[in-house]
Amino acid sequence: MKAQPIDTFALNLQDDIYRAVYDGTVSGYEKRTESLFTDYPDPDLLRRTAGEIKQHTLENLDTYLVQAEESLRENGARVHWATDAEAACEAVLGIMRENGATKLVKSKSMATEEINLVSFLEKHGIESLETDLGEFIVQIDGDHPSHIVKPIIHKDRRGIARSFEREGLGEYDDAPEVITNRARKFLRHKYLEASVGLTGANFVVAESGRLVLVTNEGNSRFCLAATDIHIAVVGIEKILPRDRDLALLLALLGRSATGQQLTVYTEFIRGPKASEQPEGPKQMHVIFLDNRRTEVLATKCRDILRCIRCGACLNVCPVYRQASGHAYRSVYPGPVGAVLSPLLAGKEFPKLADLPKASTLCGACHEVCPVDIPIPDLLLRLRDKAKQEGVKSPGTPPMGAWSYLASQPTLWRAALAGGKIMNHLPLRMIPAPPLQAWQKSRQLPSWRGGSFRKWMKNRKTKHD
Amino acid sequence: MSFIRENRPKGREIQMMATCLCDAFFDDVAIATVQVLEYLGCEITFPEGQTCCGQPAFNAGDWNSSRRVVRHCVKTFAGEQPVVVPSGSCSAMMFHGALLEFEEEPDLPAVNQLAGRTWEVADYIVHGLGIDSWPGKFPAKVAFHRSCHSRGTNSGEASVQLLESIDGLDLIPFGEPEQCCGFGGTFAVMFPNVSAAMGELKLTHALKENPEYLVSGDMGCMLHIGGMAVRERKPVKTRHVVQILRDALRNGGLIS
Repeated sequence: MKAQPIDTFALNLQDDIYRAVYDGTVSGYEKRTESLFTDYPDPDLLRRTAGEIKQHTLENLDTYLVQAEESLRENGARVHWATDAEAACEAVLGIMRENGATKLVKSKSMATEEINLVSFLEKHGIESLETDLGEFIVQIDGDHPSHIVKPIIHKDRRGIARSFEREGLGEYDDAPEVITNRARKFLRHKYLEASVGLTGANFVVAESGRLVLVTNEGNSRFCLAATDIHIAVVGIEKILPRDRDLALLLALLGRSATGQQLTVYTEFIRGPKASEQPEGPKQMHVIFLDNRRTEVLATKCRDILRCIRCGACLNVCPVYRQASGHAYRSVYPGPVGAVLSPLLAGKEFPKLADLPKASTLCGACHEVCPVDIPIPDLLLRLRDKAKQEGVKSPGTPPMGAWSYLASQPTLWRAALAGGKIMNHLPLRMIPAPPLQAWQKSRQLPSWRGGSFRKWMKNRKTKHD
Repeated sequence: MSFIRENRPKGREIQMMATCLCDAFFDDVAIATVQVLEYLGCEITFPEGQTCCGQPAFNAGDWNSSRRVVRHCVKTFAGEQPVVVPSGSCSAMMFHGALLEFEEEPDLPAVNQLAGRTWEVADYIVHGLGIDSWPGKFPAKVAFHRSCHSRGTNSGEASVQLLESIDGLDLIPFGEPEQCCGFGGTFAVMFPNVSAAMGELKLTHALKENPEYLVSGDMGCMLHIGGMAVRERKPVKTRHVVQILRDALRNGGLIS
């Protein structure tokens, strides 16, 4: 039995990282619960309603995408379609070259992580700077985010202070206010130097072409304050049909992600600067990213595309809490990542086929999901997919012989009786890996196979 | 989220699914189930051909193998009566898991018929039979671990309702109750480190106030955290909810 990569990663995780991730996720979960249950009598009803809205949107995505494109064009934005990561990166580069732009400031976006935009642009001589504080720290460290909402949940302020010192942002000082102020000071100039502001989008409304961004630092607003060109990279699943749907989805997003009724900044952007407006980007480009989403839409795992990237499933997941985000070896970690990452991997699915197995199927992720995604069911479907496709990933116990036994009552009863031999064997000496894995931390109770059946039969005789 | 089936049969003539864990390790849980249900006037049939619910293969992703076992269940538990199971996870396999893996199978209706009459035992007692408090006495401090497969069902709440109503029983709450104990079937051996760390957390929280009993509606959880408690020589006894119900009746002189 080969070791599971996520289990090994958890075993080798440094204590301070484990502590940081554990405390961060527990507090995230507690804030979420408090805000939802204080403000609403029946949060579960809201989750289900939001899930239905998103599911309806997915099932009619062909219509809503066309509608969104029309609305965006009417508002004066240009719409681009990118079938894969490369096309999306090329589209950004193309817009920049067309305008002779060489510097870009960007706000936090999982879609751009997914397509690895920053390193692509840097290879092509474009300075691309993350302006979300967490993402900025990830960038200067050459690291990767380990949480969807809290990208540096795995870091502590001492490490960050050392990174700032290394990057020439000031002498070692690990006071959070000092770190924040230094980043702010450094970034202020960059906002002014850049000609392109790049964002993602939390929602794009089909009927109005309204693009919605939520942040807590206001950095996306800065990205669009002094730049001439706004580029938004948006997964095609980010569509909502109507403006009024935002009320519910925004109420759930802030609370589920950080326990906030609303994030500090919520921006509603409807096209580039209008003639009567004094300031604002003169161009607005929306790049809709497919990158295998339509393939996912064609599977029975399509529900995962409802995800609004709140991170609540990461916070509550006992496996994520033990293993941390980097254990998932992909842009999207945790329960949502264990479904989404293997699906978005396409032909590379076998490489990530172990992720859906890293779950006890406890259902906590489903219970907290603001759009009611049945994540455990989807994990199970992917396990079935791996089995059917003959993927040789670690940890699929052979079940054929067992299922034969469990469908032959006579054999089953014989096995129950025969198992008693276990009580007379030194279990710690038997070289069966599953048994050893069990024995490592737990005592196996004594085998009492068939005892209940005997009791039942004896008392029946007595009764008769 | 809700997996609660409407219109499940509520009669007192029932079939009992003992579960493979009780068949192999925890015979007293199955015995307690019989004693408790008979005390409530149930007439119990125990289909001798029963084996397992098919969950191990289902969770392992081997749905072909699992379907074979589920088909055997459907055959073994033929009829119209309620099927009562002393396990949240095995009953959830019947009313939720099996339906997933049979989505495209021609015999889905038969599987759905069984799903529509399967009850976890505490849920059956409270919502099937309408019992809302439990007689007898059980003077002890008890920690109740709501097993994960009772999410989206009435089982957790039903268990708590019954336990809380027992004379002398002191049900003590503990931290992070929504967290899984780390069993997860084959997960426990495929991810031994994560599983053990989760179990350790569960035990730390649950045993903080020194309960004499750690109770759950799933013997899978108990196999795991109970096994850890024994290994670590923790002074706590692990029990299924029905064992507490049965012992309360005994202590009150209501059954022998």
